[in-house]
Amino acid sequence: MQKKYLQWSFYLAGLLVLLIASVVLSLSVGEMNLGFMDIFSILRKGHDSMEYTILSQIRFPRVLLGIAVGGALSLSGILLQGVYRNPLVEPYTLGISGGASLGVAFAIVFGLHQLIGSFVLPVAGFAGSFLIIFLVYTISTRNGRVNIQTMLLTGVMISFIASSSMMLLMATTSSENLHGIIFWIMGSLDEPDLSLIYLTLILSFFSLIISYLFVQPLNALRLGEEKAKHLGINTDTAIKLLFLLASLLAGVSVAVAGVIGFVGLIIPHLMRILVGSDYRILLISSFLSGSIFLVLSDVIARTIISPNELPIGVITGIVGGIVFLLMMSRSSIRSLKTEG
Amino acid sequence: MMNASILNIQNLCCGYPKFQLSGINFDIRKGSFAGIIGPNGSGKTTLFRAITGTLSLKSGKILLSDKNLKAFTLRERAQNIAIVSQFIEAGDMSVEDYVLMGRIPYHSRFNFFETDEDFEIARKYMEMTDTWRFKDQLMSELSGGEQQLAGIARALTQQPQLLLLDEPTSHLDITHQVHILNVLQQLNQEMGLSVLMVIHDLNLASEYCDRLILVNQGKIHTQGTPEEVLTFQNIEDVYQTVVVTQNNPLSGKPAVFLASRKVLKEIQERLSKL
Repeated sequence: MQKKYLQWSFYLAGLLVLLIASVVLSLSVGEMNLGFMDIFSILRKGHDSMEYTILSQIRFPRVLLGIAVGGALSLSGILLQGVYRNPLVEPYTLGISGGASLGVAFAIVFGLHQLIGSFVLPVAGFAGSFLIIFLVYTISTRNGRVNIQTMLLTGVMISFIASSSMMLLMATTSSENLHGIIFWIMGSLDEPDLSLIYLTLILSFFSLIISYLFVQPLNALRLGEEKAKHLGINTDTAIKLLFLLASLLAGVSVAVAGVIGFVGLIIPHLMRILVGSDYRILLISSFLSGSIFLVLSDVIARTIISPNELPIGVITGIVGGIVFLLMMSRSSIRSLKTEG
Repeated sequence: MMNASILNIQNLCCGYPKFQLSGINFDIRKGSFAGIIGPNGSGKTTLFRAITGTLSLKSGKILLSDKNLKAFTLRERAQNIAIVSQFIEAGDMSVEDYVLMGRIPYHSRFNFFETDEDFEIARKYMEMTDTWRFKDQLMSELSGGEQQLAGIARALTQQPQLLLLDEPTSHLDITHQVHILNVLQQLNQEMGLSVLMVIHDLNLASEYCDRLILVNQGKIHTQGTPEEVLTFQNIEDVYQTVVVTQNNPLSGKPAVFLASRKVLKEIQERLSKL
């Protein structure tokens, strides 16, 4: 076997072990600390104990959502960075979060969630983000071809418009609504609806599989659009579909868990430095490390000012920002230069 | 077989709103080493982009081995034509990984791993271009000339019938210029690979190509052997520059000499005194 493939299996195994470790940590830590070993016996003993209820009703769903959303955001980020050949693009640069926040703010301000039910919020978030994606996509498509640079600029501009519109809504609404909006924006893995969690998990795993069908275009696009075409890759189709896939991932994540920043930016970046630029290993390792990062961030968010809880977006932003700065001052300077 | 056509261009017309190529006709035989020459802005690169499929044609057709290029899928094209660009931006991948990308046209969507055969092919062409010794270095760590050689290795790994190069020597010193052209010449002679390159340097074009196409203002000015194309009349006509041509004492191929304004003035003065 080639040395390269051996190395990849090593990375994969390492990340899987880390993921399992962080899941176990997340299950055991909280208001009531459970020993690592006890978890298994509690699960085996079953239904009636309080520990079992805490694990199965509270902690386990959070962990699942963390895995799904962290993986989805990170995968979305790495796909977009591949399409745009720009390491500073993340799902939110393109207005996906702006659109989702606007949708949710709209629903809260007009009382739709009280009128119809709380499931309206994720639906509104998803609708908002897809409206934005649709706008960005149509504005930057001419004669059936997307211009990548126009798309990026359009996304940034529409993102500004969306966030300003949201501030307009926030400035004119009652303080009760304002609180609801802000709470949602800051993001949380606290989702009461189990079926929504499963749906997110299935969607993000499924997207990971789909993304592997585009591993060849992504690898070829590292050389630039024209050169990828010279290698026989239909870049137009690949770019469009990858963009849609990345948007779907980010849209779903934001709709379910709110705006959790930075996962889609720093995790792919960190992985690029760690495992190299080959998308065959980069996609799966970005997904796994996104999951790890979010599950661990959630542990910090839940425990640091216990019994209260910090919004997870705060943790990912602060931890992510510091890690990113550390990386910038080191090896990433080189990769930023060569990638951009 | 040496006489079969590899690339046949008929009545090609293409371009941009402000610049058009028109009435382009030429035929390149299998196993030849051809060069496209011409001044800046003459349409060399536009022609190159039309052949590589980056630019769509307004009219006319391009035949690859007597088959219309339009009938080829992108993948089939990449299996038949390999392109080496002037600049290679491969960033942070190893030289070997970069060269292996030449196997992409042969992989299906579900081929996630390169086969031993792929590695063998890549190794063969890396050894041929003398880039095997860099295989584990990053592309960005190589010099311009070494990157260009890696680019050629990658193109050969596509196992094409026709190799297209866009000014492969333009930013290199003479050592690397000659080295790269010698590699191409060797491939051309030993493997019978057909080569077509856009090249700026008339003397290198004359020395290495067996066939030249001189492009000017979106049209073909002259085509033929270096002796037929590189006459001082043709060059002065196209480049608007006074030149003297003489044969290279070693190869017998035409060589182009330039004259500075000062020298021309001195000659004029000398002539007027007579």
